[in-house]
Amino acid sequence: MADGVNVEKGAEAAVRGDDPRAHVISEKPAPPKGEAKTGAAAQRVVDPDYLLLDAPRTKEFITGSEAAKEAIRRANVDIAIAYPITPQSETMQQVGYLYAEGYIKDYYRGEEEIGVMSAVAGASRAGVRTLTATAGPGLMRGIESIVSWPGGRLPSLLLVMCRVVNAPLAIQPDNVEISYLLNAGGIVLHGENQQDFYDYPLVGFMVGEKPEVTLPVAVAVDGFFVTHARGWVSMPAEDIKLPPRNCYHEAVPMMDNENPPIRIARDAPIQKSNFISYQMHASWQQEVWAAQERAKKWLDRWLGGLLEIVNPGAKTMIVASGAAVSQGREAVRQGTEQGLDVGLVKVKSLRPFPVDELKAALAHAEKIVVPEFNYVGWLAKEVKFVVDRAERVIDGPRVFGGMTMPTELILETITAFK
Amino acid sequence: MERGKEPTYRVVPGPEGLLPPAATVMGVALPEEGEGLVEGRIVSETEALEQAAIAMLTRKNATLFPGPLMLWGWNEHTNQKADAFFEMAKEIPGVRIIPMPDYRPIYPKIDPEAVINPCHPNLTIWHNKIEACVFIGVHCHYANITLKMVRAGTNCYTIALCAEAGHEDAMASVPNFDIDKIDRFRDALIRVKKNGVKPLYEGKGIVPTGWAQISKLPGEALSKPEGELVQAGATPGFSHELESGLDDTAE
Repeated sequence: MADGVNVEKGAEAAVRGDDPRAHVISEKPAPPKGEAKTGAAAQRVVDPDYLLLDAPRTKEFITGSEAAKEAIRRANVDIAIAYPITPQSETMQQVGYLYAEGYIKDYYRGEEEIGVMSAVAGASRAGVRTLTATAGPGLMRGIESIVSWPGGRLPSLLLVMCRVVNAPLAIQPDNVEISYLLNAGGIVLHGENQQDFYDYPLVGFMVGEKPEVTLPVAVAVDGFFVTHARGWVSMPAEDIKLPPRNCYHEAVPMMDNENPPIRIARDAPIQKSNFISYQMHASWQQEVWAAQERAKKWLDRWLGGLLEIVNPGAKTMIVASGAAVSQGREAVRQGTEQGLDVGLVKVKSLRPFPVDELKAALAHAEKIVVPEFNYVGWLAKEVKFVVDRAERVIDGPRVFGGMTMPTELILETITAFK
Repeated sequence: MERGKEPTYRVVPGPEGLLPPAATVMGVALPEEGEGLVEGRIVSETEALEQAAIAMLTRKNATLFPGPLMLWGWNEHTNQKADAFFEMAKEIPGVRIIPMPDYRPIYPKIDPEAVINPCHPNLTIWHNKIEACVFIGVHCHYANITLKMVRAGTNCYTIALCAEAGHEDAMASVPNFDIDKIDRFRDALIRVKKNGVKPLYEGKGIVPTGWAQISKLPGEALSKPEGELVQAGATPGFSHELESGLDDTAE
């Protein structure tokens, strides 16, 4: 989703003389005479392709939290529910401003994360577009409910601003918490920078609400590096927004008490396993992971591929996600200056994991280096599992507990392993 | 799941075994508008409809399974769709209609002539010896989990006529199945018969089944035949030997 490409597409449309309003699906009624439409009231619903790919963009130098706010402004969100925790608090504070400005219909602070994530489940089951965000220990507290969302086929957006979760407790960057999300069944995207923290949430809503997908989407970023630092973010005008959630066209019936089949159901929509067959439970789980697979088509369309590849033919390939990608980019630049043959694969989507794409991108590589901001090396494990000749994968470098990752560390790793 | 790449996996009538994989994980892609799926391969919509028509006309005890989106007349569109559905059904001699009215578990016993339930769809298929069926108006999640279970333990040819993106786990499927496409399926049934496909059964179209439907016939009693109920989890003789499993309702 390079901004240059998008701007060019918009310019091409202008040259062709296309009607720029052709993308408009609907707009709010005109205000009473003499009153100009502003802010939320002035927003028009547009086709997702237009908002995500084609609309002309301008750049702003903003923090990741502000970038997420601008995404939510254009996301046509019905309800946002969260409980504050560093480094997520600032983002949800920004989202609170959107509620005050009329961009979000409802917004409240839950009592704690189990309550928040349960409320998100209820809101999503009721058919509305739902947003929440958390970080570190908050994710751990809410995860009992979070892992139930995919099986419930509950589309929603979970922003995860990663931080330390283990003792000694700290608020510093560390993304081990993502490993807990990888087996939950939902879609997991990992943003590199402020631009991704603008783009991925919008894509997440649209992909998760596709009828054949109908899954929650988590957009994770590395706390502070992305949330609190500024970067250039390319965005379309704020007077357009995504179409609303169409809950009558999803994989399960939403909780509409006026319409069947819920109207006629006495029982909970999902039963405990002792009231359904083991085979149904097994088939149900298969279907959740199959839905992830179906998401690839839409992620490919709106993220411009599940991977980004720099120097595709290089002998040494760095594979990274999140903030480690930025460090990888700089390592590629410095390494090339030093005469190293090094390239980079950015993994945008962790679930669904781009198995075939990664195999193809790394087929030629002699060495594969996986820098990570956590101790356990969850991405290295994923990469080793899917590539042929896994001995090519060098475990690291890794930093954790709030440390930064000097690019020299990546270059030393590349040169140390022959 | 990659379009244009021919998957080696085939979605064909079972019994496939205890736990067949989800077809999409095996590389089967969903069709686009104007296309259909037949046994895991993308074909034209016309071909998919004709293959589905041939299966419904020539296999034993063909049955239509309408789900909540078809059954409950909760808006005008649903009523219109139901009218088109009956017109289509009349073109399949001997067809039965067994509804999936909702997705709640039906335990401990089910009347397999009156209803199909996503918790144990195989009971209805085994009991009625159904070898071809159409799922229509079933929410995609429940259709997919049902289709895999049917493939696991029965030899039924499954057809999913889906109002959304279609179903990889059915042997034949067409996406965006609106009223026009129901009419096109009716036309496909008429066309293949005209082109020489001889229906397995002759005579009237829809055959009443189950106590609720039969009770509406002149001279029939209105009682629910308790003796006909099938124990959920029971294993008919011709099913897969591993299907019976444990008694889920045991304390």
